[in-house]
Amino acid sequence: MNKSITIALAGNPNSGKTTVFNAMTGARQHIANYPGVTVEKKTGKISHKGREINVVDLPGTYSLTAYSIEEIVARDFLINDRPDVVINIVDGSNLDRNLYLTVQIRELGIPVVVALNMMDVAESRGMAVDWQSLSQLLEAPVVPIVARSKTGIQDLLDKAVEVAEGTRVWMPAALSYGTDIDRSLDEIAGLMDKSAVYDRKYPARWRALKCIEGDKQMVSLLKRDPAIGARIEEICNATTKHIMDTLGEEPEAIITDHRYGYVAAITRTTLKHRIESRLDLSDKIDKVLTNRFFGPIILMGIFYAIYAFTFWASEEPMGWFEAFFGYVKELARSSIPPGVLQSLIVSGIIDGVGGVMGFVPLIMCMFFAIAILEDSGYMARMAYMLDRVMRWFGLHGNSVMALIVSGGISGGCAVPGVLSTRTLMDPKERIATLLVVPFMNCGAKMPVFAMLTAAFFSISQTRVMFLLTVLAWGFALLSAKLLRATVLRGPKTPFVMELPPYRLPTFQGLLIHTWERTSQYVKKAGTVILGFSIVLWAAMTFPGLPAEKDAAFETLRTEKVADFLKKPIVGSFLTDEKSVSRLGEIIKALVSAEGKSQRPPNNALEKDRLFPLGLEAAKMMSGKAQRGDAGRDLAKVASQYLVLAKDLQIIDTDRRHAALSNTVAGRLGRILEYLTDPLGFDYRVNIALIGGFAAKEVILSTLGTAYSLSESQQELEGTLQERLRKDRSWNPLKAFTLIVFIMLYVPCMATVISIRKETSWGWAGFSLAFNLTAAYLVALFVSQAGKLIGLGT
Amino acid sequence: MKKLINMRRMQDNQQGVIRKISASGQMGKRIREMGLVPDTPIQIRGRAPLKDPVAVKVRDFVLTLRNDEANHITVEVDIPEGDQET
Repeated sequence: MNKSITIALAGNPNSGKTTVFNAMTGARQHIANYPGVTVEKKTGKISHKGREINVVDLPGTYSLTAYSIEEIVARDFLINDRPDVVINIVDGSNLDRNLYLTVQIRELGIPVVVALNMMDVAESRGMAVDWQSLSQLLEAPVVPIVARSKTGIQDLLDKAVEVAEGTRVWMPAALSYGTDIDRSLDEIAGLMDKSAVYDRKYPARWRALKCIEGDKQMVSLLKRDPAIGARIEEICNATTKHIMDTLGEEPEAIITDHRYGYVAAITRTTLKHRIESRLDLSDKIDKVLTNRFFGPIILMGIFYAIYAFTFWASEEPMGWFEAFFGYVKELARSSIPPGVLQSLIVSGIIDGVGGVMGFVPLIMCMFFAIAILEDSGYMARMAYMLDRVMRWFGLHGNSVMALIVSGGISGGCAVPGVLSTRTLMDPKERIATLLVVPFMNCGAKMPVFAMLTAAFFSISQTRVMFLLTVLAWGFALLSAKLLRATVLRGPKTPFVMELPPYRLPTFQGLLIHTWERTSQYVKKAGTVILGFSIVLWAAMTFPGLPAEKDAAFETLRTEKVADFLKKPIVGSFLTDEKSVSRLGEIIKALVSAEGKSQRPPNNALEKDRLFPLGLEAAKMMSGKAQRGDAGRDLAKVASQYLVLAKDLQIIDTDRRHAALSNTVAGRLGRILEYLTDPLGFDYRVNIALIGGFAAKEVILSTLGTAYSLSESQQELEGTLQERLRKDRSWNPLKAFTLIVFIMLYVPCMATVISIRKETSWGWAGFSLAFNLTAAYLVALFVSQAGKLIGLGT
Repeated sequence: MKKLINMRRMQDNQQGVIRKISASGQMGKRIREMGLVPDTPIQIRGRAPLKDPVAVKVRDFVLTLRNDEANHITVEVDIPEGDQET
């Protein structure tokens, strides 16, 4: 038989399911979403002994009820897609709770192979599992494995293939839930079998059980057959009432208790504790790491360490990326003739995408550190320790994770942050978390902050960044509180969470997790940001100056040059406009060669008739020329040329300035000045902020462009940082106001799109409006309060 | 002497056996699903720095839940003879 086989992996969170999946598929993974919902669907194609196997990693669940999206997705996949076999990964060191899911899979009846994982851990804890009798009791094959060391994976695949190619008939297990419920189950199942409307993909008894449990999805399906459906609902209600009267509990609770009772009966015969429960290593670590006093201190220490690590480790590779994009840019500049196309490719595409890609090393290191926190089990402790704080702000312990990924430890990204809110079950807590994660200092905001602090504050970078991180947390949490008290008012959801044992992360696992998140970031560079940087480039380029204005500048230029040429002596060196621009090129080449302390670039330059003149002018510019160095005429012409050059630069600057002001972005920036004037932002800052909507990385480059486009050439030689410091309209207060504004204002396009995917256009729009308003009000407060106390002069 | 108390009132490291879960709906479901069902032995492992949530060893793993949730769980504990603490 050569048909391809589909295997679904099911199991509890922390059961090692992902490790099994990684061990089976290696790097051949494909991540997508389940249709219509935001749950990730990981698949991988492998071949085992000549058979094509499709492995689907179902979301980790504790149960197959309809309370969370993950559970519904897992259940629907099993029922609707009918994989050939399910591999249920069971943590052998935590048998009771893991078998709770196994029993439910058995009740569903789908062919299953139980992978008894972490047998090494179980053994080290003094547990012995009799897997043969476990197999008999569950009526399913059991394969002991150690996923971390890939032990038993081949046997597991062998067994799965054997089952998949076997009878393939679903054989549901029938558990007893006490006479009352059992009787109702039989009755409902009998009725269901009679109905011609209900489809047969659900085992009747399982479906009956779900109806009695009050499973919303299953109950709503009853309506398809109005007559029988109504009868079934009657039975369910009667059963519920009877159970409530006699046992004082809802049927759902009784069912869970019985199921656990069944599991307990299984483990009583299959699990032997050789040593009575004692403090294992994990408990000992917890005594320190979650200690009332040391816990929070260690937590802060770990935050700081991650953050130091990220910067230290990414510094070198960031340089490589920068150099690479610099090289590509030079290449484009030299191979494409100047004009709109060159401008589009260099300023629009390479700068835009390069700006984003340049952060890949930083983001990667960040996600690597976060993967360590997650895979080791520490992330759960963070949620545990911080839940009380989060709850005060109307969030949930699990919100911590999303906030951290987004930049809670500076340098994350809100896109994976938004995605990681999926662990929150309550929609209101989830939306509140989603809406405030863009306030965190993501990796893209950092360089702007770094530039502004370096320019205006004389404290160490690390300390400022740390302060800004604290500030971001403050804003995020307070806005969460505000949201939860107004538009997202609602009850708290339960916080019942496992604290998984500490585990040493596997390197493969860390790499895969890091890559998953980094690729989300890279994809955004390839799609959204590429598109937006082109739009933005167009907004900053078109419409150009009207022809008559452009001509006016050109005339002015020609006149200046003509005046220069008419001067005495000049005529003997320079004859026409062409030779003037040639001289300009020579000087430029000489100055840049000197800047890099190299010899003049090439011999052709030295042979040029104008070379001595150029050399003299270059020397004058750098103040190295000495009287009597060259002929007097030469010196005179050189100094006259420099005056001309300065005049021409002023004309060019005015022209670029006029052109930028005339573009769409320039006009918009000017209109916005009415609003941003109280904050002290002029149109150039506004243009950069508009650019920042595409991606925060763009702020820095746009600010650079906006300033280089309108400052004179000499100052262009300096960095943006120096330019701002020299600019009289800038001061520390304005810089700080801008930092705060950038921290809070609109999430970038990619984040907005993620928010929309996770919620709706409505919430995505709300997010834009809410953040913009918050940013404006806070920045207004900062700048006005700053002025009041006499800052900003 | 055996005594029924609220899980919230249990001391760190104290052991007991769950006797009743009074929560219903989503909270009750979640508590039970994670293995906190009647007749299950538990031990308090500690509390978060702000004394909430609480960490409980149940079966072979550690679970955390908030005091609000622990309120719904009645546990039978051993009270040493003569100890009148309530």
